[in-house]
Parts: sequence; C-alpha cells; structure tokens
Amino acid sequence: MNLRVDGLSVRFHIPGAVVHAVTDARFELRAGRCLAVVGESGCGKSVMAHALLGLLPGNATVSGHAWLGGSDDAIDLVAATEKVLARQVRGRMVGLVPQSPAAHLTPVRTARAQLAETLRELGRSETPDELAERAGLRPKDLDSYPHQLSGGMAQRVANALALAGDPPLILADEPTTGLDRPLVEATMTELRRLCDEGRTVLIITHDLRAAELVADDIAVMYASRIVELSEAGTFFAGPRHPYAKGLLDALPSRRFVPIPGQPPELTRLPDGCAFLPRCSWATQACDERPPWRRATATATVEGGATAETAAATVERVACHHA
Amino acid sequence: MLEATGITVSFGRHRVLDGVSLSVRPGEVVGLAGPSGCGKSTLARVLALLLRPSAGTVGIDGRAVTRWRHRAPQRTSIGLIFQQPRLAVDPRFTLLEVITEPLRAARRPLDRATRLAEELGLTPELFVRRPHEVSDGQLQRACVARALALEPRYLICDEMTTMLDASTQAHLVARIEAYRERTGAGVLAISHDAELLDRWSGGNVQEWQPRPAEITG
Repeated sequence: MNLRVDGLSVRFHIPGAVVHAVTDARFELRAGRCLAVVGESGCGKSVMAHALLGLLPGNATVSGHAWLGGSDDAIDLVAATEKVLARQVRGRMVGLVPQSPAAHLTPVRTARAQLAETLRELGRSETPDELAERAGLRPKDLDSYPHQLSGGMAQRVANALALAGDPPLILADEPTTGLDRPLVEATMTELRRLCDEGRTVLIITHDLRAAELVADDIAVMYASRIVELSEAGTFFAGPRHPYAKGLLDALPSRRFVPIPGQPPELTRLPDGCAFLPRCSWATQACDERPPWRRATATATVEGGATAETAAATVERVACHHA
Repeated sequence: MLEATGITVSFGRHRVLDGVSLSVRPGEVVGLAGPSGCGKSTLARVLALLLRPSAGTVGIDGRAVTRWRHRAPQRTSIGLIFQQPRLAVDPRFTLLEVITEPLRAARRPLDRATRLAEELGLTPELFVRRPHEVSDGQLQRACVARALALEPRYLICDEMTTMLDASTQAHLVARIEAYRERTGAGVLAISHDAELLDRWSGGNVQEWQPRPAEITG
C-alpha cells in the first residue's frame, strides 16, 4: 500500500500565537519501502506521524492531503472523518509502534488480555498465541503483566498489537528511545522484516544510527519543513542540505561537533530559509525561501542511470546552495 | 577521587548491585557501558548520595560518606544529570528558576545562573518559559546548567543524551568537557552507547555485563 503525503501542514493555535508544527510536507512511500524521518526534538516530526492517524489535539488545524492506498481506492487521511479513521484506518490500515512500549501497555492487565481485546475489536479470527508467535513471543510470555516483561519482550508485545489487524502501513514513532543497543538492533531488524514482507514502514526517529540500520529513504526535517529527501545510501555517503551535513558530523563516530546555535521557534519562523542563522553557506539568496526542488544527481547515480533509477526515490532538497 | 567500594543494593529480594567497586579521579572521564537493567543507574544514584547502599562505602576525596540524601553535606560536590529532563525538574519552575534552585538552596549569588544558561545555548526568551513550553533538548540544557551551578568536583551523566539528537548531544558533551578542563572535575559518563563513551572518554570505558559483576577503577 502506498502513502502519498501532499502538502501536509499542521498548525496549533495557542493563546496569542500559532505554532507552525508541520509545513507543506511532500513525500511518497511505496509498499515494501521504509522511510525514516529524522530531525531534532521539536522539529515537528512526531506531529506529522500523529496527523496521519488523526490523533492531534483539538487546537490543531491540518491541511493538505495524505493519500493511503492504491491509485483508485485511496483514502485521504487528512479529510477522513473520525468514524472512518476509527473503523477502517487505525489498527487495520495503519499500525502504530509506540514510543516506550512498556508505558504504552495497560499495567493492570496481562499481555494476553490486551492482545485478545485488540483481536476481538478488530474482528480477527487469530488467537493471541498465534499472533504472539508471529511477533517472536512464547505463549507463556503472554501471561505476564507489563512490569514483568523485559524491555525487549514489551517491545514485541507492542509490535504484536500493532500487527494484530495485519495493517499494510506501519508507523513507528521513536521506537528506539531508551532502548540499549542490542535492543535497538533487534527492533530495527523486526521493522526491516515487516518491510521485506511488503509492508510500508514509516519511522520517526532522532537516532541517525538506528535509521541507518533499516531505512531505504531518509527525510530530514528542520523547523517544521522537510529539507532533504534522499535514498539512505546517498544520504549517509554525503547529505546535500547543510543541516543534514551538520547532524551527521555531530555523531560521535564522525567529527562529534555540534551545529552552532539553536533552531528557531515554531511560532516565529522566518520568511526565508529557517536554517540561515546557523548556516556557514548562507548568502543574500537565503533571505528567500529555497524551493523544494529535485536534487542534482550525484556521480554514482549518473553512472548507473538504468531502468532501476526510474523506480528509485526522487531525491529532493530545499537549499539554494546544495 | 570519587570512590565506591563493595557497593551492594537490593530492592526487595532482587539484588541489583553485588559488591561493585568503581572510582573516578579528578580531571578524568570514566565511561560506564552496559545493557538496560544491569544496575548502572542505581550506581549513579549511590555515587550521587541519593541512595544509601545496603553494603559498601562511598568516599569523596578521601572522606567516607556517612550521611545520605537530604542530610548529606557532601552532596553538593557531586552533580547528577538524568536521562529524562522532564522527570527531573519541577514543572512549576521557569528554566531560570531550575538553574538558580541549587544556588538559592546553598545561599550563593544567583547572577551566575544567567551566564551558565547562556553558555549552554539558552537564549533570554527561554529563561521565563516553563518545562512544558520548551523541547527536551532545551530542557536538558537547563538541567546541565543546574548540575554545574555549584561547581561540583564530580559530575555523573546518566544517559544524559539518550533522548536527544546528535547535534544537541555533541553540544552538551562539549560544554561538560569545557567545564572539566577548566575546573579539573571528574566525570562519570553512563550510557548504553559504547561509541559515544569511547569517543568522550578516549577509550576509558568499563563494560558491564547483564549480570552485575565486580569491577575496579
């Protein structure tokens, strides 16, 4: 199932101000591919995920489109009513892998009770044991309460819940926060497996190394806008946007040098490029907002321009100088 | 030297630490790595004098600790930075109040709080915000400033940057390194990210196994 996000914007209305949380997000995600949206906390990436599930609070206004499905039967997740979202989308078309699975589970009920309830509500004929087995759990693990589960097992229960309705799109919101490295790798391997089965996977994360383990494509978000969309290979070999370069350079395995300054307030975004005050490439041209344009092909892509390239992700960047 | 010897901690019948020893010399960065649940954070709480161990001793610069929690006079020699800044601040305080709190408690001049906040990259408009009005990264910056406010001789960073993006992580580590170089403080950096610890401590990392094991500094 394909997801086509087209001009998605989210605004929060708070007393005396408007928060520009997501602005004009555009990307396409095909079945069997995994996109990781990366960026620092507060850049709007989680809000974008919640917008796709209709889970935003009442003071949010969402505009644009997010088409989920084939070319003729796609549902617009933005325009869909709560009834459609509740009965057709959540759990059935989109499975959510939550942040901190142990906190996501109901503490006073066993894992089995929670799986059974979810399966019943979704009208599935599977038993909790069968579902658990698919997620790599033993039936006896299901008799545990959430506090008795290790971090890895809680993650698997959360995955089993997300998969209960066999949804074609998996949305993982910071799935690795607080997990140790072996568990990060296990979670990412699991998401990759779901993707290889033909599901579409969208991961929201601030952890570039986790993204590198699993993603086909990387979208970099800065101050509410996607500023770069690249295939993972291209991205980690050499990102185009100066913010993306700065993020990679900050990794302990690379230069371990921070980007100077701080991101702008989402209530007072500049008219021009939002990264301008922190950017060493900035010129007068940057006072105008850079267009979201096709990135110039890198040498490797030019060399291997075959039929495969036509099917590949259209790489884009929003920078006057990239 | 900040020194823990033979520390044992049990919660109920569950023994979390069993005769563990570790030491941090002034001016040194010690990395402590290990998977979730191996007792790293419990040791951090013992070393910060927030938790009295059931056996073992903690010594600070040669003096054994005898009093814990609110009664510990030596506690201001140790700064602790937690993993989740949101759980580590009073939600009613502004960011500047978060940073001045230790100064007020110790009856020190408050003016250095502003300088610290600026060093950590907080702008004046953020000073008056409350925790729910700032991002995790901005709040953790305030928590680092708070930990440095009383110029501790030892700093314990317990998964300080797990929640944060790469750039904020590099910035906070750089601030702590600048403080260490200026004051000769000792730093215990706890994380499950071995790559980060290796880079930060220049290879001075102790790896803990899932079962807590006896280690020596």
